[in-house]
Amino acid sequence: MSASITLATTRRILNQLRHDPRTVVMLVLVPTLLMVLLRFVFNSAVVFSHVAPALLGVFPFVIMFLIASITTLRERTTGTLERLMTMPLGKFDLLAGYALAFGLVAVVQVLVAAAVSLWWLGLTVQGSVWSLLLITALDALLGMALGLFVSAFATTEFQAIQFMPVFVLPQALLCGLFQPRSEMGWLLNWLSDVMPLSYAVEALQQVTGGAEWTATLTRNLLVVLGCALLALALGAATLRRRTP
Amino acid sequence: MTNSAIVVAGLRVIRGGRDVLRDLSFTVEPGSVTGLLGPSGCGKTTLMRAIVGVQLTHGGSVTVLGEPAGSKPLRNRIGYATQNPAVYADLTITESLRYFASVLGAPRASVAEVIEQVGLTSHADVLVGQLSGGQRGRASLAVALLGSPELLVLDEPTVGLDPVLREHLWDLFHRLAAQGTTLVVSSHVMDEAARCTRLLLMREGVLLADDSPDALRAETGQQDLEQAFLHLVREKEHTS
Ligand SMILES: Nc1ncnc2c1ncn2[C@@H]1O[C@H](COP(=O)(O)OP(=O)(O)OP(=O)(O)O)[C@@H](O)[C@H]1O
Ligand SMILES: [Mg+2]
Repeated sequence: MSASITLATTRRILNQLRHDPRTVVMLVLVPTLLMVLLRFVFNSAVVFSHVAPALLGVFPFVIMFLIASITTLRERTTGTLERLMTMPLGKFDLLAGYALAFGLVAVVQVLVAAAVSLWWLGLTVQGSVWSLLLITALDALLGMALGLFVSAFATTEFQAIQFMPVFVLPQALLCGLFQPRSEMGWLLNWLSDVMPLSYAVEALQQVTGGAEWTATLTRNLLVVLGCALLALALGAATLRRRTP
Repeated sequence: MTNSAIVVAGLRVIRGGRDVLRDLSFTVEPGSVTGLLGPSGCGKTTLMRAIVGVQLTHGGSVTVLGEPAGSKPLRNRIGYATQNPAVYADLTITESLRYFASVLGAPRASVAEVIEQVGLTSHADVLVGQLSGGQRGRASLAVALLGSPELLVLDEPTVGLDPVLREHLWDLFHRLAAQGTTLVVSSHVMDEAARCTRLLLMREGVLLADDSPDALRAETGQQDLEQAFLHLVREKEHTS
């Protein structure tokens, strides 16, 4: 591991984003706009407060999944990855650089969406806003790690985008956002038990619903972190120095 | 021969179920400019990938600067320019090079230096995506030059360039070789062969010739290297 290479990678990715202002604007504003839309669809601050926390976790997860899989795929198809693999760059330097850059973007994204939800849309958070940010950053990390991993199985950007419904939508459907997990049939309940997003959403609901830090909260966070690290390790395994 | 820059022995590579390199053996001397020539699809890129250590191989060995190809100690001693320009399209030339320089641990000042060497100083702050094909190729070449590597592996670096620029780059290559850098340069174009000190002529994954341009002319009795190559191909077909 080399901190200077990691930071250089982070800076490089942020620079790439800087040259693409349209993407930046969409990254920062789209989740917020969707929150606003949702608030008026429900037309009730109480109902909104019920689903908003889960959404704050789902957005960075989905968006980071997409961005990370496309960025990595591009890196693979344009040959820049091959070039980097001939250089003194460790796989984890690259992954950590990605994680830092995208994590930063996710935090900004959530800050804006959370701020608008809290001050304007009537979301109430009992716990600390910091824990909320921590959980969403972990969510973003999870999405990024999964995106990176699946990009190894895509050869075109079309395929990479198609992986989203496969890997992300089932998790979003089963995470307790649409239906409490306890009310699902045993099979769906079991499925949602093995999907990391469920734990992230539960953690978010706990933070918004209660002021205390509980043991379940810690467990949920550890599950999300563990899954993110596992996906990162799998992602690292797909970054090969030698290819066929 | 431990002081050869590259030793390839019995190298075999299979890609997509086909034998792409079959039992290839040769050595490259330090400070030489070796031209890798042959028809499209004969395995030039595959061989270069094996030398820089990103190609899965299926037999034989490649030793570069005394170390196994692709091993850690080699990673800032080799510069590689891929056939398709590999630079970030959404960064400026300078930003892209700065990134690669930090990865290589090359001094920051070397960025402006290599941009100058490939003649892109006037475009240093232009997005790579907005460059012409030839300019993009040169930006990619500049990355390979970063950090003054001991070995340069350049895959068709002069494709799509005008005669003036080609001349300029070949001068650069020879200047670098005179300073002790070893260069392996692939090309389709036979008139570039004459500029190399050594030629490796490849066809369908085997070497047809491994000689200096003059020796090749003498051996085949052809003044023109393109004719010499065709001569070798016909000779090979007769004997097999
Ligand atoms: N990614 C790949 N997967 C499978 N086979 C490949 C791949 N890349 C190249 N090949 C095959 O390997 C053989 C040699 O390809 P290579 O790219 O080394 O040729 P080349 O001499 O560099 O050609 P050119 O002059 O057109 O660049 C070709 O028959 C090609 O079909
Ligand atoms: Mg090629």
